[in-house]
Amino acid sequence: MAILKKASETAKKHGLIGGFAIFLAVVSFSSPEFLTPGNILDVIRQVSITGMIAIGVTFVVITGRLDLSVGSMLTLLTVLVVDQHNQVGPAIAIAYTLFASLLIGIVNGYLIGFMRLNSLIVTLAMLSLLQGATLFYSGGSNVNVTNPQETWFRFFGRSEFVDIPVPVWIFFFSALVGSFVLLKTNFGRWVFSIGGNETASLFSGVQTRGVVLIAYVISGFGTGLAAIIMGSRVMGAQSTIGQGYELTVLSGIILGGTSMLGGSGTIWRTVIGVTMLGFVQNGLLLLGFAYYVQWLVTWAVIILAVWIDLAAKRGRVFV
Amino acid sequence: MNEIVLTADSILKKFPGVIALNGVSFDIRAGEVHALMGENGAGKSTLMKVLSGIYNPDEGAIHHRGKKVIVKTPKEARELGILLVHQELSLSPELSAAENIYLGDWPTNWFGIVNKRKMNAAAKTALDELGCNFGPEVLVRNLSIAKQQMVEIARTLVFNANVVIFDEPTGTLTTTEKDQLFEVVRSLRKKGVAIVYISHKMDEIFEIADRITVLRDGEVQCTVNTCESTIGEITNRMIGRDLDQYFHRAKSEIGNQLLSVNKLTIRGFFKDVSFSVRSGEVVGLYGLIGAGRSEVAETLFGVRRQDSGEIIFNKQKVSFSSPKQAIEKGMALVPEDRKSQGLILGMGGRHNMTLPHLSLYSNMGVPNVENELQIFEDYKTKLEIKTTGPEQMLSDLSGGNQQKLVLAKWLCANPKLIILDEPTRGVDVGSKSAIHQYIATLAEQGLAVIVISSEMPEVIGVSHRILTMAEGRLVGEYTGKEMTEENLIAAVSGLTTA
Repeated sequence: MAILKKASETAKKHGLIGGFAIFLAVVSFSSPEFLTPGNILDVIRQVSITGMIAIGVTFVVITGRLDLSVGSMLTLLTVLVVDQHNQVGPAIAIAYTLFASLLIGIVNGYLIGFMRLNSLIVTLAMLSLLQGATLFYSGGSNVNVTNPQETWFRFFGRSEFVDIPVPVWIFFFSALVGSFVLLKTNFGRWVFSIGGNETASLFSGVQTRGVVLIAYVISGFGTGLAAIIMGSRVMGAQSTIGQGYELTVLSGIILGGTSMLGGSGTIWRTVIGVTMLGFVQNGLLLLGFAYYVQWLVTWAVIILAVWIDLAAKRGRVFV
Repeated sequence: MNEIVLTADSILKKFPGVIALNGVSFDIRAGEVHALMGENGAGKSTLMKVLSGIYNPDEGAIHHRGKKVIVKTPKEARELGILLVHQELSLSPELSAAENIYLGDWPTNWFGIVNKRKMNAAAKTALDELGCNFGPEVLVRNLSIAKQQMVEIARTLVFNANVVIFDEPTGTLTTTEKDQLFEVVRSLRKKGVAIVYISHKMDEIFEIADRITVLRDGEVQCTVNTCESTIGEITNRMIGRDLDQYFHRAKSEIGNQLLSVNKLTIRGFFKDVSFSVRSGEVVGLYGLIGAGRSEVAETLFGVRRQDSGEIIFNKQKVSFSSPKQAIEKGMALVPEDRKSQGLILGMGGRHNMTLPHLSLYSNMGVPNVENELQIFEDYKTKLEIKTTGPEQMLSDLSGGNQQKLVLAKWLCANPKLIILDEPTRGVDVGSKSAIHQYIATLAEQGLAVIVISSEMPEVIGVSHRILTMAEGRLVGEYTGKEMTEENLIAAVSGLTTA
């Protein structure tokens, strides 16, 4: 048993990173494209959308809660920003989108923080509501930006700054800001304390309801930014564009090592987690696996990471 | 002399930072009630958990009817006939009495379907034998605490227990209910069951026990026949020194009235509670568990809202809707349960200490780490907190050091009023004494202090004035020489009304 315990601790510390390194080596050996600068930038650019969402959701997860509504929120907001772009122009479209993202965050946060409803149920219901809202808004048809070559809206998803795509810059600065807020501010301290022990936080005068609400607002806002990048990158949207993002985001966060039980985690872990996941998915495609294999991998990553987390906590691999 | 049923031989049990049991030897005979006494943290509950298979001892052996046995799980203990009647009842409220009695061992037929008729019939026999006036099919959530306890005791009958351990069984019972319980205990004794009876209550022990074993700091102090001993002797053995040296009552100047509470009521918890506290004064609030003491404290502190009544604090009428407001006005509450309410065990001392008043230690919403470290080191020295550093996770500290940290957390903001709810529960004797001393120091510095406690010597030892509470009402007030154990017991058990 002692050996198993040690193995699980080692696995937690180095296993995922080690496994990832082996995977990188295998893929780059069999697919020379994989580690070319072009491909790496491509992966990171794709990751930046997942990553923007994941930064916000990390706040929610550290309070010991979940946000499963981000996938269909991304769909609705991307459809919204693209469609409004054609109607009222990019600036107002962006403002509408960010406003809507904050509003959805407030609704989630109010139901979960103030009404004390279960976060899994509330955000799952929100996922359904937003899917419906998207279809209602677009009538189920695709929307496209009419002048993709001329609009300055292309800046967010299609342009580069010192040879690095703008989305990557946005992702990087969001991570910096997110990390500062989480680790250095009073608010961040409260987020950790609520995840660590909600009752004790309340007894210590932490405004637990308000802090939870703001965590959901941050989660919504991150998704709003991601939707702007997504809309600008694709210059169009359909009603399935954000499907499954909630799970990709969650598996990235878990892979980074942030505990689903709340009370611990960092933004940088999340950044590493989603980046690793991005490379794995890209690598699988380059190796010639079908697209759906990614879903299988997501499953395996979630189960494995949660299992290792729990095994290290209870000191045993099996129950 | 009857046969010895169960023997514990030199049991050693360690927890991180504390030796809970240090070579404890102990035996129980058939047909006797053997009382186990000791202060909180003396190791009574740990010993019982070792005997009933909840904990495994680090060293030492258990003999059952002369044979060495290794009890790894409660199920194995039950198969030997050792059953524990828990301090906190461990029943499933949504199941029936019979289902709870047989929990984990429901009788089934060939197809694995529960044989309800057989189960209910057997449960009814047991309940009838205990003189219960409810049937086996009633849901446990509809039963009073005393009746739920009878359900637990019925388990011991249907499993034919030869050793029954009662862990603080009368904590929440009324006097009549207690008498009924004692009837049951006596009838078990008559049947030849070996009974271990854990309690703090001296008068109960002398009423029911045949022998008494006293534990202190995880070691056996003595085992005596009840008829050859006195309350005084047992008390001295439990405490190990005179009360006068043990407690420190503040020699402070009593100042102006700081808190006044007028007819405070929350329906279902407490009613018409009125009292006042002055600065420099230590007021004890004594009562049994469930009397409504903690609820009053939580209402003062803004965790709960009162239905009616008013609170005047520092000459202002206040009604806090959250602890944050109470903290800002200068109130502090050291809650009853430090693990679930007092601390965030997964964080370090520094983070925990500054959490209630983070704004005092931060600029523009960013905590100043240097200030935090400074205050942490200050209180670490002042309260002699044993920790490896400001970031050491509190789950690694002993109960006493955790409790000192809760104190530090509230004191570092210089409150005007501090409410201490069970300030020394589950704390070792050394830390306990340090905490008592510190309470006195606080009052001498002019703080108003309310000490809520179920430990009579503690309340009497530290308070200038004692309020007693029973069933949601204030039932008495005592000062000076009136603060005696006899008066307090009489007050909370409804013998006199003051």
